[in-house]
Amino acid sequence: MSQKNRLQSGGRIDRSKPLTFTYNGKQFEGFAGDTLASALLANGVDIIGRSFKYSRPRGIVAAGAEEPNAVMQLGATEATQVPNVRATQQELFSGLVSGSTNGWPSVDNDIMGLLGKVGGKMMPPGFYYKTFMYPATMWETYEKVIRKAAGLGRSPNEYDPDTYDKVNQHADLVVVGAGPAGLIAALTAARGGARVIIADEQNEFGGSLLSSKESVDGKAAGAWVAGVVKELEANENVIVLPRSTVNGYHDHNFLTIHQRMTDHIADRAPNGQVRQRYHRVRSKWVVLATGAHERPLVFGNNDVPGCMVANAVSTYINRYGVVPGNELVLMTTNDNAYRTAIDWHDAGRKVQAIVDTRKNPTGALVEAARERGITVMTGSAVIDVQGSKRVTGVSVAPISEDGSKVTGSVKKLSADTVASSGGWSPVIHLSCHTGSKPVWNEDVLGFLPGKTVQKQLTAGAINGTFNTAGALEEGKKAGLEALSKLGLSAVEVEVPATTEVKESKAMALFHVPHTKPTSQAPKQFVDYQNDVTAAGIELACREGFESIEHVKRYTAMGFGTDQGKLGNINGMAVAAKVLNQTIPQTGTTIFRPNYTPITFGAIAGRDCGALFDPERYSAMHKWHLENGAKFEDVGQWKRPWYFPKAGESMQEALNRECLATRESIGILDASTLGKIDIQGKDAREFLGRVYSNAWAKLPVGKCRYGLMLKEDGMVFDDGVTSCLAENHFLMTTTSGGAATVLNWLEFYHQTEWPELEVYFTSVTDHWATMTISGPNSRKLLEELIDGDVDVSKDSFKFMDWKPMSVAGVPARVFRISFTGELSFEINVQANYGLHVWEKLFEHGAKYDLTPYGTETMHILRAEKGFIIAGQDTDGSVHPYDLGMGWAVSMNKPFSFIGKRGMQREDCVRAERKQMVGIKTIDPNVVLPEGAQAVFDPTASIPMPMVGHISSSYWSACLGRSVALGFVKGGLDKMGEKVYYPLVDGRIVEAEICSPIFLDPKGERQNV
Amino acid sequence: MFYIYCPYCGEHREEEEFHNHGQAHIERPADPDSCTDEEWGNYMFFRKSPKGLHHEIWDHVAGCRKFFNVTRDTVTYEIKEVYKMGEQPKVVAE
Amino acid sequence: MQQYSGFGLLKHSLSHHENWQRVWRNPTPKKKYDVIIVGGGGHGLATAYYLAKQFGVTNVAVIEKGYLGGGNTARNTTIVRSNYLWDESAHLYEHAMKLWEGLSQDLNYNVMFSQRGCLNLGHTLQDMRDIERRVNANRLNGIDGEVLDAKQVSEIVPILDCSDNARYPVMGASWQPRAGVARHDAVAWGFARGADMHGVDLIQQTEVTDFIIEDGTVVGVKTDRYGDIKADRVGCVVAGHSSVMAAKAGFELPLESHPLQALVSEPIKPILDTVVMSNHVHGYASQSDKGDLVIGAGIDSYVGYGQRGSYPTIEHTVQAIVEMFPIFSRVRMNRQWGGIVDTCPDACPIISKTPVKNLFFNCGWGTGGFKATPGSGNVFAASLAKGEMHEMAEPFSMFRFHNGALIDEHGAAGVAH
Repeated sequence: MSQKNRLQSGGRIDRSKPLTFTYNGKQFEGFAGDTLASALLANGVDIIGRSFKYSRPRGIVAAGAEEPNAVMQLGATEATQVPNVRATQQELFSGLVSGSTNGWPSVDNDIMGLLGKVGGKMMPPGFYYKTFMYPATMWETYEKVIRKAAGLGRSPNEYDPDTYDKVNQHADLVVVGAGPAGLIAALTAARGGARVIIADEQNEFGGSLLSSKESVDGKAAGAWVAGVVKELEANENVIVLPRSTVNGYHDHNFLTIHQRMTDHIADRAPNGQVRQRYHRVRSKWVVLATGAHERPLVFGNNDVPGCMVANAVSTYINRYGVVPGNELVLMTTNDNAYRTAIDWHDAGRKVQAIVDTRKNPTGALVEAARERGITVMTGSAVIDVQGSKRVTGVSVAPISEDGSKVTGSVKKLSADTVASSGGWSPVIHLSCHTGSKPVWNEDVLGFLPGKTVQKQLTAGAINGTFNTAGALEEGKKAGLEALSKLGLSAVEVEVPATTEVKESKAMALFHVPHTKPTSQAPKQFVDYQNDVTAAGIELACREGFESIEHVKRYTAMGFGTDQGKLGNINGMAVAAKVLNQTIPQTGTTIFRPNYTPITFGAIAGRDCGALFDPERYSAMHKWHLENGAKFEDVGQWKRPWYFPKAGESMQEALNRECLATRESIGILDASTLGKIDIQGKDAREFLGRVYSNAWAKLPVGKCRYGLMLKEDGMVFDDGVTSCLAENHFLMTTTSGGAATVLNWLEFYHQTEWPELEVYFTSVTDHWATMTISGPNSRKLLEELIDGDVDVSKDSFKFMDWKPMSVAGVPARVFRISFTGELSFEINVQANYGLHVWEKLFEHGAKYDLTPYGTETMHILRAEKGFIIAGQDTDGSVHPYDLGMGWAVSMNKPFSFIGKRGMQREDCVRAERKQMVGIKTIDPNVVLPEGAQAVFDPTASIPMPMVGHISSSYWSACLGRSVALGFVKGGLDKMGEKVYYPLVDGRIVEAEICSPIFLDPKGERQNV
Repeated sequence: MFYIYCPYCGEHREEEEFHNHGQAHIERPADPDSCTDEEWGNYMFFRKSPKGLHHEIWDHVAGCRKFFNVTRDTVTYEIKEVYKMGEQPKVVAE
Repeated sequence: MQQYSGFGLLKHSLSHHENWQRVWRNPTPKKKYDVIIVGGGGHGLATAYYLAKQFGVTNVAVIEKGYLGGGNTARNTTIVRSNYLWDESAHLYEHAMKLWEGLSQDLNYNVMFSQRGCLNLGHTLQDMRDIERRVNANRLNGIDGEVLDAKQVSEIVPILDCSDNARYPVMGASWQPRAGVARHDAVAWGFARGADMHGVDLIQQTEVTDFIIEDGTVVGVKTDRYGDIKADRVGCVVAGHSSVMAAKAGFELPLESHPLQALVSEPIKPILDTVVMSNHVHGYASQSDKGDLVIGAGIDSYVGYGQRGSYPTIEHTVQAIVEMFPIFSRVRMNRQWGGIVDTCPDACPIISKTPVKNLFFNCGWGTGGFKATPGSGNVFAASLAKGEMHEMAEPFSMFRFHNGALIDEHGAAGVAH
């Protein structure tokens, strides 16, 4: 029979729209408006999962975000699998495919369940800390079994086909929760002209009113809700967000809202739509109207399918038209839950009894139940239930007035459903996210939001105001208060009339006593998802885990995907009882984001793949692509690494590029080097302070290489700076270091030396830079210069720069060299870059102009012993360690950055690691970069290491390997031997030498 | 995520536009060469890191690129005041 | 004292687990101790354990303002590895690694140390140079390590995107097979139980409000609950609050306390067998025995004691995870949290004497102290027992920030972990 638990009428489902779905491979039918949970209950599905530790059959317990058991695997295809979806929050759609997560061979008949029954006794909390230790080697085998049993659903194994969006919002007021309090707060603020965002996790607004039979404003509650929603939607200042969970409340009133756009429509987002949208909201004020969760009571075998939270039963009846059973026993500590028995009775099914833990309940609802002829057993409790795959009956016993013990004989009742209510826990999670500590309230029997520094207001059940009239009143008040805080005028809003129900006082009872001690009673579950029992908590306390944090961690209470929404307070109450403390003395737990779990994809948004980090290209990038460049990531830049020709290996390409440059002419796209334009009357003075060498006398038209140090004297960047005019310089930095250097300059200027008149502008992207290098480079340049500019040896000297026109384009040409060859660096406005580059190739063909990339650049400079900051430096070497004392001017009047640092005791000691050239004895061996140097390769492990190789290449020009590396006291050890024991077992013998392997006198560039 | 008022832009902007540069009001010694290693080490590395009111430097790095000072409670993360470089804080710890 | 074993579990199950003894006592402190350890986190408890067990100093109290192991021990991502670059740190972390390898048996407490290996990915040529350098140094220091290429990485972690489509394609990795994870809480509890067994007094919910210092020498501590307690030596192991405690003793440290965040997914079936870390893409993940993906976020740039950081830090981390493991896009993040970490300018700890005689500090572990827990406790215990720094602790003096002998481990410490 299909939908055997579905009522003929009533609820908010649409019986004219049947939907087919599958659960564990079987087809079922539900209706539009159902959740997966309500549809499963309608079809009489009892077992929806197996528990984590004991593999006990589990059923649906709740109807919302607090559900611990109904955690399902969703997805019709591999790529659209979603693990751990709460059935109570998943709207039903046609074609939905779902499955339970544990249980073999099936969730109904699980072999592990047998093991759980037998072995369960040996698995008290923390059992794994006490065993699996011997023999030590076996742990990883045990662990495999544990891991396999743990976990809930499974990750998809294919890539997500959907996309996720983010949106930044600014609001005057965010209202969290669209129950009666939230709705009227939003309405009030909106009428007052505030820009409001109201978000609710459910598909429909209304909160508690959606499953209530109350009337509001003289009409059905739903009708009142519809009217308010209509007004809010019509207001252009209001953003109405259903299916949107405010999952995090962060500092300075920043909130994150996770909106599910298509999860209710289909397995994957329809074409052109995003699956989920993430709102990042900065709000001037916030109203938390997040409601409350009902607590189940803790009693024997309270996890058998059929045991549910009272209000959830009412929700299934009133909202979904589903009565999840035939015979109900309701156990309650309060009047409120009597509604559930009344709803059940009115739906035409049998209420066996209301078991009230109080001696003399007297409220209006109690009377209403009695009037219906429902048996009310007072001063009693359901101490345990019978049944394994579904409740078959209950044991009821009288209990003492303080609820501490059973006082009389046990009576059995038949029942297939046990609804329980221990009162309500305000949903204070968001208020805790920013560090506010919740406060216990004895009247509410729950924690309320504590003091906060956020601009936060609260209204309704979160304050322990559990009736609709009170919630409406508080909601209006919060709306008005927000208006006043926002500096907007108050408005008239009428609080709609509701029927007041007089309730008698609730009883503080969490853990129902049993005839047997807790340790011997049937399992009394506190946290269903993690199989944490009252006995487990008592044991933890007995063993000395007395802080509630210890209890949580030892038992795993509250660590599930529901984060203890149902169980935490019951757990605290159990611990408090054992420790003979009050609940507030026992402490509370700190709720952290997220309120409910959020898809990683939604948090990542579009910032993955190509958009993970921006890619930066030079003006000549297109040419590089067309000419087969291989690229290297340098910072965010894509730099040509080398340009292989068809069939060439990397080494062959490098050899060709190197030889072409040394023998004729090569060209490098150097645009990525950082360029900072520095101007102002004190620019020169400033340079002298931030570089280690002297700048006072650099004339206009000249360039100089400089080392930039940190205050500790260690090299962090280098580059050539040119004097463009008396108070105008162009600084170049490493490609990766440009932003850091600019920030560094600004920092010193603004915080230390604001009296200096100097201005810094990043011009990296404004210029395209191409370096032609090699004996024929002057000839090529001359061909392209417009007009009469002399670039001959004597009138355009090494380290000169000149403005000129190249290929019809204004250019700055620098005669500087990183290769040791005659070399010119041509800078043109970036938009002309490709034009000039192509002109160079047009004219360069006859010289076999060869493009080269970063790798050849590295080889050519290493042959000359030039360092690469970041490769040959690592933040622990100063200029003298690099043998670059020539770049330090100790006599400058101002104590430049790094000067004092490099004179500290450890920086001037002998035997520091110093950079030298390393020549392998076998010239054909190229040492790996990163190889470690030792003086004595026969020493035992740990072997004393004396340095490492920082740069190492095959030099086609020299026909041998060349390397730069660090050796302890290396500068005084020229000609001595050093050894490199490699990973493959080889020990490479090498000789310490000058780092300048090629043309030590610099004759090649001096032509 | 903090909401920081840039005293130069005259606006509140998101923390993502800023970068923290640590403790404020550390002056580079006027004559580094006469500092002892200890004095120089203290200047470079030793910091207050208080639990409570803290004066720190922020940089509107993705905005006007100006550095400025912030007095902030390091427990509640409340920003108590923002003031320009060279100015002194009004809110100070007792 | 009761020994733990599978047989014990069986025996106790017959009496409904009613007769388990307390794991540790709840003593009232004595008037005076030989050594007081301020801070009952993993490092402090390990210090107490080794002091009593290995060095015979049993008249020891650990004073903890909250509950044992409730600071960063309870908040870290549980990664254990020893593949550090410089000799000083490599020796210290490898010392810890060797202790980890027998820890469950030594403590008779299963700390669930699981050597499932750790990959440190390289995405640029410079990353690969650094990896090569570090692995070479590790091997010569007797620490296991290999350099893998992208294909080998992909074989170990098939779900990692090792294709060229990634923004920063994986070029290779360093691989330390002996690295792994451990159950963080169990480490604190195991050391606490062991220390208690050897006579150490564990004083919880008691805050040390000040040091008692006479003529430049510490002679005890003031507490909020038990007044003054005297001691010959005091070791301060209060990660997160080291600067605050140093200020009470009258000196500054080269530290800043920053928020460090972490997050977990919902529990899922086993899919990630090893620890995978990427400095460049800036994310790292492992999977716990419970099934959660345990993911570490970066450090926030500001000083913060709120045990929470800024949201963009979480977003960047999740972006990195989805970039590295695109299949996790539909998996969901369950919970995030934050700790307070003392960060040191050279990314190495301080295990040191201080300007106050007989007052010793163990701090500055930054983002990666958990892995060092037994080693840190061991060398600190040795130092407290003798009153002189253990040779392995010697290089980690706070005074290295004066003479310049820094040990820059930013590369190996890399991404927060």
